[in-house]
Amino acid sequence: MSAKMRTGQTAEIPGPKKAHVIPQPKVAASLIKKAKRPLLVVGSNAPKLKTNDGDLVDSAIRFLKTGVAVVATGHLVKTFRDRGTEVYSMPFMNLGDRLTDPDWAGFDGEGPYDIVVFVGSLYYMEWLVQSGLKSFAQDLRTLSLSNTYQPNASWSMGSMPVKNWLTALDEILKELEEEK
Amino acid sequence: MSKKDLRLKIDELSSSIGVFKGLDIQIGRIVDDEWDEPMGPTPFPSIGTLRDWDRKLLERYKPFYMPLCDLCCLCTFGKCDLTGDKKGACGLTMAAQQSRIVLLACCIGASTHCAHARHMMNHLIKVYGRDHTLDIAINTNVQAPNTRLVCGIRPKTLRDLEDALDYVETQLVQLVATAHTGQEGDNIDFESKAFHAGMLDHVAMEVADACQISTLDFPKGVADAPMTEIGFGSIDTSKVVIMCIGHNVLPSVDIIDYLMENKLFEEVEVGGLCCTAHDNSRYDKRAKVLGPISWQLRYIRTGIPDVVVVDEQCLRTDIVDEAQKIGAPVIATSEKSMLGLPNRTHDPPDEIVDDLVEGRTPGVLILEPDKVGEVAVKTAFKMKPKRAGFKPLSMEKLIELAGTCRSCIKCVRACPNNLPIMDAVKAAAEGSVDALAEIQPMCVGCARCESACPQNLPLVSFLTKAADEKGMTDSFAIRVGRGAVTDVEIREVGRGIVFGEIPGIVALVGCANYPRGGLEVADIAEEFLKRRFIVVATGCAAMDLALRKDEDGLNLYEKYPGNFDAGGLLNIGSCVSNAHITGAAIKIANIFAKRPLRGNYEEIADYVYNRVGAVGIAWGAMSQKAASIASGCWRLGIPVIVGPHGAKYRRNLLGRADKEEDWMTLDGRTGEEKYVGPVPEHLFYSAETLEEAMVMTAKLSMRPNDTTKGRAVKLSHYIDLHKTYYGAMPDDLHLYVRVEADVPFTMKKEVLGIIKDKGWEEGKIGMLDPTLLDRMVRRKS
Repeated sequence: MSAKMRTGQTAEIPGPKKAHVIPQPKVAASLIKKAKRPLLVVGSNAPKLKTNDGDLVDSAIRFLKTGVAVVATGHLVKTFRDRGTEVYSMPFMNLGDRLTDPDWAGFDGEGPYDIVVFVGSLYYMEWLVQSGLKSFAQDLRTLSLSNTYQPNASWSMGSMPVKNWLTALDEILKELEEEK
Repeated sequence: MSKKDLRLKIDELSSSIGVFKGLDIQIGRIVDDEWDEPMGPTPFPSIGTLRDWDRKLLERYKPFYMPLCDLCCLCTFGKCDLTGDKKGACGLTMAAQQSRIVLLACCIGASTHCAHARHMMNHLIKVYGRDHTLDIAINTNVQAPNTRLVCGIRPKTLRDLEDALDYVETQLVQLVATAHTGQEGDNIDFESKAFHAGMLDHVAMEVADACQISTLDFPKGVADAPMTEIGFGSIDTSKVVIMCIGHNVLPSVDIIDYLMENKLFEEVEVGGLCCTAHDNSRYDKRAKVLGPISWQLRYIRTGIPDVVVVDEQCLRTDIVDEAQKIGAPVIATSEKSMLGLPNRTHDPPDEIVDDLVEGRTPGVLILEPDKVGEVAVKTAFKMKPKRAGFKPLSMEKLIELAGTCRSCIKCVRACPNNLPIMDAVKAAAEGSVDALAEIQPMCVGCARCESACPQNLPLVSFLTKAADEKGMTDSFAIRVGRGAVTDVEIREVGRGIVFGEIPGIVALVGCANYPRGGLEVADIAEEFLKRRFIVVATGCAAMDLALRKDEDGLNLYEKYPGNFDAGGLLNIGSCVSNAHITGAAIKIANIFAKRPLRGNYEEIADYVYNRVGAVGIAWGAMSQKAASIASGCWRLGIPVIVGPHGAKYRRNLLGRADKEEDWMTLDGRTGEEKYVGPVPEHLFYSAETLEEAMVMTAKLSMRPNDTTKGRAVKLSHYIDLHKTYYGAMPDDLHLYVRVEADVPFTMKKEVLGIIKDKGWEEGKIGMLDPTLLDRMVRRKS
């Protein structure tokens, strides 16, 4: 297994079906750009994760501005509200459950999401939710943008030093912003 | 009781010696004909008896599976990849496999309590006799409500409890058999069986606690149970120290008895970890509660214990190795955890002591509790001076060792909470242990970091040393486990709970696998105590909520009363005392609402589900026992919230608030089916953050039966917590306001404006006599 596929927690090893490693940030951006209804899931760890924008909440707000729907899990929505931004809010478990329902029409009622992008979650919770989606929402594409490999996503960033991850995240956002 | 070995009943018998009328011959047990309550429909239910009830719940709360492993490796066909819609060689799907593992976890948990109860009962029967009368709680007629409800028997003596335990053991064998290759294949049927295991668990726990309360003179449901001390600072290290770890109090009772008989208690500290500590203190308040199970390695590493006595459950299985490092002998006392030690049960105590003191063996196995006390105390006294030279890790050594860190980050990747151990070690190498001290409270004590470290750094010792100054000197008050909630208490609060005027019962239970440290349990408890919920606690959670003092130096046990009433904080006791929590819910249905209890599971569960606003929170749930305890709550209709690690139980049971059709409920008065709103929304739910859990707790306390006043009280808490932690009004209030009178008075204008914008109409959500059981409808239209 390559270093990029080293999981964020030692024992959380992949099953036979494992995530493709995103080779370049622009590939991740391209996956999001090509999607008709992308959804960004921002986990409760986001305020603790520093980025070039400030923290992951600030980066998520940049995503939102590119037209990607954003949902905050846990009680993270308050942090967005404190920064003057309104996003969707749903518990992580509920969200995972809804995403397994092909009839769920999303937060806006406009239809199912076709790619779900994850950042800022507790590693093992994201691992588990994506495991559920891998088996019970097989048509849904998932993308993990953490700096540690998430084997149960469809695609995941490879494990990398924080410095490289910050650059990659910035590149993805710039690609999306250029598109807009 | 209803079971007997042989009963022959003949109306009339003619024989050569005469005519006999009304002949009733019994061989073995005497049938309890004094209980005038008629037998309900489901005494001693088999694994399929309550399937219809389970399916009603599981149709509403569908499992969301999160496989922890994509493979099945339980037979030689395997490994089989079950990812997606693949099936195993036996035909099993991923959903069925996940629920099968849930079932097995619940069976392990229930078996553990059952085996504990059996061991305890056998011993106590030997000492006190089968006819020893049960005396579980003061002011209480409805003793052992779980046993009455499930088994349809009314236990009065230890002998009667044997019938309940025989039943539980038989059922558990049936349940495990269903998990064999080529047996059950449907995930919902597996889930129903997991519910069955949980229900059995509450009977087994009740038996275990009923035995020990009745014979060992534990507190019997008293609100003012004695206070003892908790924390490292509670131990006077100048004394001989015996450390007892586990859940089965019998060996520790013998230690305490031996100390009292020999007038040695003033010279010895008996400190316990986990539920043995609770039960030690229930037996004698001079016994100290060191802390939750996660502290065992941390405490041993201090080098303070002179002897370590282990009984069963949640022990570190490397305890002998760890104790050897500090030169303390181990006495194992259970066949379930023999740890490779020589069985010295039948040897003279002084010979055993001699071998332990001279180090000829690192520990011994003594299976007779009555011998443990003498051996443990004598050994501890002799070890104390021998161990005087032991020095725990020094700060100088810590800093020196920290300098050998290779920065491989394996410690962080091994840590369940991904704590930044490596950075803290690097800082320590530079001379500052502040970072180590900062992360120590969030350490769950598993030592996976040490196993992963290529330099074999004693990282748990690093954390302990860094936090030394604070952690080692603190001592806190803890009210000892009081046991059951009394009938009188239930009479006084039943109405307030059922009508919703007491906003809810919050049960803080379970283990110490916390995402961000144990003080979060104190946060939850205090939040709901201030809001006048009834807060009950057991196990590690009951300990952790004690570990913080306010500015006046008082902790929650000192600030809140111990009675079962609004704003009361009850330490119910150890893990097996969890049965008193479900027992209280059952007794509300029986005593307040006068619903028949005897073998009448569905009706009582239906009542609890629709009327009793109880919510379980197992914030640090770790074990299979925690799984089965929760499962027993689910079948009874009590929702359970776990922390983020609880998602590793592989599935949640989640309602869909957006699907109106899922929340149709019968009106017991008319038989009409009406929408009641998503109350309670979930049955088993993993929260990501503490704040999310608190908001969800308030929401899950709502029930269809709430009066308008009760619903307004509950909504006010839900709204207030939501505004505090989410920064805005909830966006789902239209699902919970049934009529305008439900809206808290001070929020009326704002709330009505919001819900009317969502298309809310008064009367759309029914206010009825709620039931999921067709047979409970009194009059059909």
